[in-house]
Amino acid sequence: MKILVAIKRVVDYNVRVQVKPDGSGVATDGVKMSINPFDEIAIEEALRIKEQGKADEVVVVTIGNSDSQQQLRTAMAMGADRAVLVETDSAVQPLQAAQVLLKIIEEEQPGLVITGKQAIDDDNNQTPQMLATLWNRPQATFASQVEFTGDNKLNVTREVDAGLETIQVELPAVVSTDLRLNEPRFVKLPDIMKAKRKPLETKVLADVAPDLQGQMIEVLSHEAPQPRSKGVMVESVDELINILKDKGLVG
Amino acid sequence: MSKVLILAEHNGDTINQSTAKVLTAAKQLGADTIDVVLFANNAELAAQLATLAGINEVKFVASADNHDQLAASIAPAIAEMGKDYSHVWGPSTTFGKDVMPRVAALLGVNQVSDIMEIIDANTFKRPIYAGNAIITVKTDTPQIVATVRTASFAADKSTDGNATVSEHALSTAAEHTSFVELSSGNSDRPDLQTASKVISGGRGVGSEENFEIVYNLADKIGAATGASRAAVDAGYVPNDMQVGQTGKIIAPDLYMCFGISGAIQHLTGIKDAGTIVAINKDGDAPIFEVADVGLVGDLFKIIPEMMEKL
Repeated sequence: MKILVAIKRVVDYNVRVQVKPDGSGVATDGVKMSINPFDEIAIEEALRIKEQGKADEVVVVTIGNSDSQQQLRTAMAMGADRAVLVETDSAVQPLQAAQVLLKIIEEEQPGLVITGKQAIDDDNNQTPQMLATLWNRPQATFASQVEFTGDNKLNVTREVDAGLETIQVELPAVVSTDLRLNEPRFVKLPDIMKAKRKPLETKVLADVAPDLQGQMIEVLSHEAPQPRSKGVMVESVDELINILKDKGLVG
Repeated sequence: MSKVLILAEHNGDTINQSTAKVLTAAKQLGADTIDVVLFANNAELAAQLATLAGINEVKFVASADNHDQLAASIAPAIAEMGKDYSHVWGPSTTFGKDVMPRVAALLGVNQVSDIMEIIDANTFKRPIYAGNAIITVKTDTPQIVATVRTASFAADKSTDGNATVSEHALSTAAEHTSFVELSSGNSDRPDLQTASKVISGGRGVGSEENFEIVYNLADKIGAATGASRAAVDAGYVPNDMQVGQTGKIIAPDLYMCFGISGAIQHLTGIKDAGTIVAINKDGDAPIFEVADVGLVGDLFKIIPEMMEKL
């Protein structure tokens, strides 16, 4: 079985982004970029499944500009076998991303697709669900545990508001990862060297999916969130309790 | 002319408050008609919904199992009904986040995730980058599929509604997906997402056993309990207590946290709280930048003292 992992290049999760003064976007020039943290977990899970002998190839795919090659190389240094970059300089929204990924799926015929539950830049949390829909296959979102059962099925434990829900899906399926699924491995230097020789195929988005459907959501402006008013530091529990009582927050 | 279809959420016994919050958002839109679709095997839930004022019709879709509200099974029915509506909205809970993008894909539109403010029937504000930027987005597709950020809207508390209840059959149950079980970290404390007071603990609490004192203080003041990712990952508390970008986004009147440093990802979950109180040993912890009231000190001394004095 082949596993396809979809990843995204995003501003590193430790960076506190700044909205540009003219409201046209957030400042990303010279900012550290990384693999979306949820996607790193997706890569890790695919590698673990391969290491258990349940998959024979892990292919990682992304849609983005040519700089996204860096993130694909990192994924291959982690252990992915090969990579596909669908290159475009324009921003892609989830419905369009799902259509492009579907084309790659049709070409690659994976038995399982794993992706992060959301990208930490747009916080959309849509692409895996949309991909599963267009592909007409099951989805298991927010996965914290993935377990193969005998007959080509997966039991997936999902992190839901009420606790942990387990569902069973037939393969092929789309799984989206939550934070507690695993702890992604670190990349070792020799593996970075090896990853340079692994195949990275570049395709042009317009060739892969020339007929993208659906209107894009228009972004009119960006603004910084309302700052909270400056707080006070207190020295004692008595002072703290007095403030809470004054505000009517405790009896 | 806007016509809104809302996806109702429930746990088998009661309608989730998130539904009443989406209703509030739909009313802010100035919708001409608001209908609700409910998938359940319990007709009592449809009756509960019908009492919320402003709902025109409750479309009750009889489903075999109250827990079997799988996205792949119910999304086609919502999308089919949704064709008659200008807006198809669900809550931005794990349930809504799972289902609504499927509905959007079936209707051929991108979804507006996490609406936090309504400008007009086509224009909305939503957070990106863990709430570090707010974007205004516009979309004029025939159906605007969206999830509504529950922390941004108060629950509609009306009880004098008189909606019609219509019955529908679910014809699209997906065979490739089945529900196995739900293990819930159920507690007797107030629900984290709707509580007016929340007390949270982080890595600084140190162990599962130590969390008892956090629970004790919560019980003393009638608060729900939350936690940082670090506390969940360390196994001190179950995952459903996590507050933050990837956990629950909450807006209680009082949010008091102990031993939480305040990573960006945690702060995004509490930014809309009325009063944030932080207690931490480290005076330089970033949590103090957003706290309304801060106290530097050892939580193991401070909590017992608070227990005594409250």
